[in-house]
Amino acid sequence: MISKWTGRIAVSVLISALSTVILLNQAHGQATSLPSSHLINPEELVKVLQAAKGEKPLMFQVGSYVLYAQAHIPGSDYVGPVTSELGLQQLRRRVESLPRTKFIVLYCGCCPWSHCPNVKPADDALRTMGFTNVKVLYLANNFGADWVEKGYPVAKGQ
Amino acid sequence: MLILVAAGFYLKARHSFRAREAAARQHSAAPDFSLPQLNGQSLQLSDYRGKVVLLDFWATWCTPCREEIPHLVELQRKYRDQGLQIIGVSMDDSPEPVREFYQRFQMNYPVVMGDAEIGERYGGVLGLPIAFVIGRDGRISVKHIGATDASVLEQDVKALL
Repeated sequence: MISKWTGRIAVSVLISALSTVILLNQAHGQATSLPSSHLINPEELVKVLQAAKGEKPLMFQVGSYVLYAQAHIPGSDYVGPVTSELGLQQLRRRVESLPRTKFIVLYCGCCPWSHCPNVKPADDALRTMGFTNVKVLYLANNFGADWVEKGYPVAKGQ
Repeated sequence: MLILVAAGFYLKARHSFRAREAAARQHSAAPDFSLPQLNGQSLQLSDYRGKVVLLDFWATWCTPCREEIPHLVELQRKYRDQGLQIIGVSMDDSPEPVREFYQRFQMNYPVVMGDAEIGERYGGVLGLPIAFVIGRDGRISVKHIGATDASVLEQDVKALL
């Protein structure tokens, strides 16, 4: 009897400890800490893309390739998750030769906004490089619910 | 007050969307697949016919997915003997971080590397996590989009065991 309860307590403690480790590891890169001036809503972006005039942004998906291959914004490039140094290097390489005033839109949409680990580090990286016209696409739930389901333009594959 | 009313409408609309999604997929046959596990061997979903399967689409960098994993490990341990089989489908771009995560979190169920094809066959996996609870007859019982409370998953599983 004692060992059964000891086992249950040990499992509960293990789950709590692992959950805490996960939360602490992710807390630094939260999308929710992005100022609203850095954001662009899906409706706004669609208007920009469909407008006859005006600068079109360079768009980067900073999430999973598997999700990108299923659906992405037409004309956007896959960069990959920037939670790793490799991903950040990929993003920096992709933009290093561009003028710092270039209009750039970043998006992910793999997780709910409050949990997205990718857009904040990507935004930080570009601004650190001196880019002044960077916007992050605000996707409250995920790319499926907030873009595809809304009927906005979608491309598949590479 | 206005914020509270708006929040209420938002939550209702979100719940309604999720309910529609769930209803749309309920009771349809779970699409079969054969995908590589982390050890290189392929896993075929239909080999688990006769068991209750919890198919969990996740990724190592997805925070709500990561938060669910310890609970899934516990669920697998608790109901393995009664016929529960959890299968993780990683949507990571490569298996390396998944292997590391698997070891670190002492995962006790198989994980396969997903691709765009399985995502599309399951109605589009365009946000994580997504979990399907599949009955012993191979039919989808429930689809959960987004982080799901462990007690809800446990109830779904227990109802089918």
